[in-house]
Amino acid sequence: MEHKTSTIKYDDRVAKGFIITTLVWGTLGLTFGLWIATALVVPSINMGQDWLNFGRFRTAHTSALLYGFVLSTTFAVWYYGSQRLLKIPLAAPKLAFFHLITYNLVILSAVFGAIVGATTARRYSEFEWPVALFLVISWISWGMHIFIMIVSRRERTLYVSIWYFVATFLGIGIVYVFNNLEVPTIFVTGMGDWWHSVSLYSGTNSANIHWWFGHNAVGFVLTVPIVGVSYYMIPKRAKQVLFSYRLSLWAFWGLIFLYLWVGPHHLLFSSLPDWIQTLGMLFSLLLILPSWGSMINLLLTASGKWELLRTDPVFKFLIIGSTFYGLSTLEGPIQAIRSVNALSHYTDWMVGHVHSGALGWVGFTLIGAIYVIVPEIWKRPLYSNKIAEQQFWIQTLGIVLYAVSMWIAGITQGLMWRTTDVYGGLVYSFLDTVLVLQPYYIIRAVGGSFYLYGFCMLGYNIYKTISPARYKKEQTSAATVV
Amino acid sequence: MKIFDIFERNGLSIGLGVFIVISIGGIVEIIPSFYDNARPLNYSKPYTALELTGRLIYITEGCVECHSQLVRPFKIETDRYGHYSLSGEYAYDRPFLFGSRRIGPDLFRVGARRSVDWLEAHFLDAESTSPGTLMPDYTDLFTNSVDYETVYSDMYTQKVVFHVPYDEEGMPPLGEFEDMKESLLDEAKEIGPRFKTKAIRDHLENDEVKEVVALVAFLLRRR
Ligand code: HEC
Ligand code: HEM
Ligand code: HEM
Repeated sequence: MEHKTSTIKYDDRVAKGFIITTLVWGTLGLTFGLWIATALVVPSINMGQDWLNFGRFRTAHTSALLYGFVLSTTFAVWYYGSQRLLKIPLAAPKLAFFHLITYNLVILSAVFGAIVGATTARRYSEFEWPVALFLVISWISWGMHIFIMIVSRRERTLYVSIWYFVATFLGIGIVYVFNNLEVPTIFVTGMGDWWHSVSLYSGTNSANIHWWFGHNAVGFVLTVPIVGVSYYMIPKRAKQVLFSYRLSLWAFWGLIFLYLWVGPHHLLFSSLPDWIQTLGMLFSLLLILPSWGSMINLLLTASGKWELLRTDPVFKFLIIGSTFYGLSTLEGPIQAIRSVNALSHYTDWMVGHVHSGALGWVGFTLIGAIYVIVPEIWKRPLYSNKIAEQQFWIQTLGIVLYAVSMWIAGITQGLMWRTTDVYGGLVYSFLDTVLVLQPYYIIRAVGGSFYLYGFCMLGYNIYKTISPARYKKEQTSAATVV
Repeated sequence: MKIFDIFERNGLSIGLGVFIVISIGGIVEIIPSFYDNARPLNYSKPYTALELTGRLIYITEGCVECHSQLVRPFKIETDRYGHYSLSGEYAYDRPFLFGSRRIGPDLFRVGARRSVDWLEAHFLDAESTSPGTLMPDYTDLFTNSVDYETVYSDMYTQKVVFHVPYDEEGMPPLGEFEDMKESLLDEAKEIGPRFKTKAIRDHLENDEVKEVVALVAFLLRRR
């Protein structure tokens, strides 16, 4: 990279917007998570109301967090980082504002739709067609912004984070559109619920295409942009360059190539043809290479700066986040092995895998990123490092309680389902295997409330940091770039 | 990095590069068996009006978040849930409802082991049949009436757009909206008398179908 110093007028209004909304969606989504975790301890918590049920709020939980919290933070990092990495001020600010506003309306309608039961029941693309269409429009506005910024950039080298953002845009865009091809019934008959539609795919095809999408909803929402964020934040916070730029690029192409093959590991032993299942399993095992490539690269970037782990809570979030990436990308391929999946599929072990990734890797990395960029764009020091430090420990405890309880619960239940007596008959009724999970569900709910509490501390810390500037109209800022 | 230089020339080349690399996996895994995967078994039939109504309720209520509908080919699983699932059995499912969690048991062939009145009691108060269960009560199903129009829309779209064989010989009838209403009602009246709740039967006398009737019909589809 060239070391030229120039003055660029950064415009961080949209980044600020996404920071605020991400805190809102994050808090809301985690609260929904705690709600459904509690519903599995006290099922009568719905008070006889349909709309308060587990079935509705589970979708609200994933929509608010995956699309609301995770992607909003990603966008905030994009609108903040693209100006610094490409060395130009925010291009097309109107487009960026359009994105900010439409995107949040999409999430609002998605969460509302989930709660009232307007859903397609396809995991992670539950949005009915009007919302899906609206999402695509909003999504394209982000993509246009990415390409406008890249085309008009002043820095020749595209830093690897930018590659990850481009892949996020295209990856989610492609799989989302193909999975959501459907015929709105209102245009065919003119009667019934206007948001209802019939999918273009049926049966096993529908499952195959869905998990081709679904794994990449998981991958391109919960991994690709987060790796991009991490590649940006860890070197920045450690104040040293990436350990290996070459490795980061190889890992990039490996990751985005392999991701699109592994969907069938969600359908092992299903009615999907065997050869597809086998491909899915093999590519899942290969996936460990680019994933660990990135993880090792990120951690080695911090080498020589380990003392920061003692002094800087923000750095802790980032580094522990990447460590959890290593953990869940080891656990994932293990669960993708057929014989392991026979046990783990359908159980809480999967939920444990999801949340060690979601809380540890995604949550911590993004919390770290928020802590890095907020003081910069609001131009005031963080209100309290101490709160951040306490938050780190409370949330770490939350993750451990969550993940460990779910691992035990999942394996226990999986083993009980397959326990047979000497005559080969089943020993436990299904209900037996449900009752035994109670203590673990309680521990999980406690862990979840720790995590939520920690997230509220983040909100408070950020609020305190930015509040004196709340009514300031002046938002564009000048800064020096290195 | 020499070999990656080409992608840094402009925004379009990196976009194109990523697009191509991303497309390969899906093309290889989805297209080759697309036709085979969509073929019904000889004896499978599309959902009848009442069953499809139940299916839409199953989707709305998020039952799929707790229940799978896919029996895997293991003895411990077929002992518990019945014959393992065959691809052709799903041919008329738009979208699929395999599910990926089993907080509750698999429901693909639940009709083979549970009766109307058991299901009814379970929806009214799950504790009564299964002490300690995590399944919520669904009392609203006993007061809400079915939505004929959405179901007709769905069936008609399936028939004209996707050539699902409604109205063909040996297949469920559809016809016009009024015909479909009638056949739905007939079906409901067939299983109606097996409900214990008097209100449900009374409503049926007045040609009013409550949601729970449709949902039970959907669950009993495979016996
Ligand atoms: C919170 C998760 C949850 C939701 C949501 C849920 N169930 Fe259940 N369900 C369970 C559990 C746990 C059991 C096993 C214990 C029992 O019999 O109640 C069960 C049992 C059942 C059974 C009995 C199956 C058997 O073989 O014993 C049926 C039928 C059923 N559920 C149907 C439904 C339907 C239909 C819906 C949607 C309206 C639904 N469930 C929603 C958790 C859930
Ligand atoms: C307060 C913290 C949280 C709690 C208590 C919580 C609770 C839950 C519960 C109870 C479920 C249903 C699990 C089941 O099927 O048995 C769930 C599912 C899920 N949650 Fe969370 N969650 C939390 C945070 C998060 C975060 C931060 C993310 C993502 C960034 C996330 C993503 C998901 C996803 C993707 C699923 C679906 C998993 C699957 O399909 O197997 N959760 N959560
Ligand atoms: C090398 C990388 C990974 C592989 C091979 C992998 C593999 C798997 C497997 C085999 C399952 C279980 C599927 C099933 O039995 O139904 C699963 C579920 C899941 N994984 Fe991963 N995983 C990886 C990384 C991650 C990461 C980093 C995250 C981020 C949080 C993640 C999020 C999820 C989610 C959300 C699910 C639940 C999907 C559902 O709703 O059913 N995975 N993964």
